[in-house]
Amino acid sequence: MEKCIRLEDVKRIYQMEAGDVYALNGVTLDIGVGDFVAIMGASGSGKTTLLNQIGCLDQPTSGNLFIEGKNTRELPDSEMTDLRRDAIGFIFQKFNLIPLLTAFENVEYPLILKTGARDSTGRPAELLRLVGLDGGHIHHTPNQLSGGQQQRVAIARALANDPRILLCDEPTGNLDSKTGQQIMDILTDLNGQGKTIVMVTHSDEIASFADRIITIRDGVIQ
Amino acid sequence: MTFELAKRNVRLHLFRSILAAIGIIIGVVAITSMGMLGGALEQSVSDELMNMGNSIIITPAGPSTGEQKAGIEEKDIRQIKLITGRHPTIAFYNTYDQIKVGDNRRYVSMYGVDPAELPSITTLVSGRYVSGTEGVMIGQSLARQYNLKEGNFITIGIGSREQRLRVVGILENTGFSGGIQTDNAVIGSERWYESKYGGRGKYDQVVITVEDLDEIDRIKDQIEARLNRREDVVNIMDFRAMISSIQDAIGQISLFVIAIGGISLLVAAVSILNVMLISVNERIKEIGILRSIGTQKGDISKMFLYEATILGLIGSICGGVMSLIGGGLLILLIMQDIKYLMTLNTVFTIIYGMCIGIAICIAAGVYPAHRAAQMNPIDALSND
Ligand SMILES: Nc1ncnc2c1ncn2[C@@H]1O[C@H](COP(=O)(O)OP(=O)(O)OP(=O)(O)O)[C@@H](O)[C@H]1O
Ligand SMILES: [Mg+2]
Repeated sequence: MEKCIRLEDVKRIYQMEAGDVYALNGVTLDIGVGDFVAIMGASGSGKTTLLNQIGCLDQPTSGNLFIEGKNTRELPDSEMTDLRRDAIGFIFQKFNLIPLLTAFENVEYPLILKTGARDSTGRPAELLRLVGLDGGHIHHTPNQLSGGQQQRVAIARALANDPRILLCDEPTGNLDSKTGQQIMDILTDLNGQGKTIVMVTHSDEIASFADRIITIRDGVIQ
Repeated sequence: MTFELAKRNVRLHLFRSILAAIGIIIGVVAITSMGMLGGALEQSVSDELMNMGNSIIITPAGPSTGEQKAGIEEKDIRQIKLITGRHPTIAFYNTYDQIKVGDNRRYVSMYGVDPAELPSITTLVSGRYVSGTEGVMIGQSLARQYNLKEGNFITIGIGSREQRLRVVGILENTGFSGGIQTDNAVIGSERWYESKYGGRGKYDQVVITVEDLDEIDRIKDQIEARLNRREDVVNIMDFRAMISSIQDAIGQISLFVIAIGGISLLVAAVSILNVMLISVNERIKEIGILRSIGTQKGDISKMFLYEATILGLIGSICGGVMSLIGGGLLILLIMQDIKYLMTLNTVFTIIYGMCIGIAICIAAGVYPAHRAAQMNPIDALSND
């Protein structure tokens, strides 16, 4: 199995006045290229924390994290940022679109980050069509879109720079089951195209789309 | 795109942005209109001082005693004229005496000048120049004070030496000049002066108008060498040192005035800083999103610097235009002469003021921008 993501005894400790919180307490994990992994666990068990480590949004307190063979501990901030831009697509539970930009611009933004120029290829519109959004909606700002539409925009944005890894934190958590089903179809499709997907979910039904389910409890993989 | 985001944020929070820009506008207006006023002040004083800047004044060295009046003698004046050559050189008598117009009395300067020389050093407002001993001329300020016109009479002297004389002409004010200061003076012919005050051939002052400032020292040295060889016969002085110290003082005043303007700019800077910090705080989540999808720290910084620059540019441009109007009004009000507005100095002051305004906005944006960029993406994201 070709390694894509590797965690070695990763700990993430939040130092609080009331005492240290071990959000991750020694996680060792291998995820191969093209895997579709679901992470499950009770609330507060450390799922989001784990996903944030993989997404290079946060640094482990101790242990090593390898993304495509690179030890993130040895990367400067600028290279970690480039990794987030090029290799990883993040889909958040709360969509996290940029409120000042339209749907189209939100998808275009990562492209501009990479190329330094406004898009002329029509890729943003194409991606939005792929996730089932077209017409006038693409020129609306996020607060003018429904939750499902926003999540579609977020997926399109995550795909903008054709990342090899997709990280999804409860991608259907805020959606009705029908829309959730459509989103899962899109993700399954993308996995079929060879993208590695790591998805956090509470729902067994959603988890069943994955090839592999990891359960976490109190920061430890079961 | 970061510029676009900055622009949109300014537009989204238009009211807040306008308030911040108004701060800058006030600051720029204050600093530039004060600067313009200072410059105009300097200019107008310089104009006045120019009249005396090129004069050499020669006065008798010894004091006058009861019976013996000190004065510069004809032979000394001939010597001086030999040295000065083409530079106009005028000798005249000068004292103080009382004048009476109706029931009003006051002391004024009395000048006795060769009538042939008068047109070259004074300007006639009305009437004519004196010729013989039959009348005198007065300065414009004096004429205005007593409402005198040519043809009116004034009384000069006290007691038995009282003399009623006709005013034959009014002279334009010379202001503060090295030689004759006509503003509040009575000017008569040499012969009239000699007959009234005596001391014939003993002049009180010689004024040399030097056409080239670089020659002042040469002329002074030569007169010194010729006349004061054995003992001090004359005192020789010029006003360069005095003028430069006056100009220094004026320069300091305008610097002080600009500093006051600067304080308001500082206040504006604090308000921009505040707006920028609010903007950063409000957009922590957005910063987190931008960072999480791969925006470099530097680009986040830039976004806030752009925002500050937009505010600074708008504020400074408006401020520049308004200070042209405001400064113009101030100058008009204080100096009653708009010619001091349309100078190169004004243009530079406005450009300086605007640059300072923009620079201060950017400076006020640096800290918030840095703070925004340094935020941990995950902390920023979890901010609601
Ligand atoms: N910024 C933080 N500061 C302190 N403690 C934190 C922080 N973020 C998370 N934690 C703690 O770390 C633990 C794991 O949190 P995490 O968000 O990973 O849980 P989760 O499994 O995603 O839960 P949920 O299903 O509710 O999203 C929790 O106990 C939480 O309180
Ligand atoms: Mg979570």
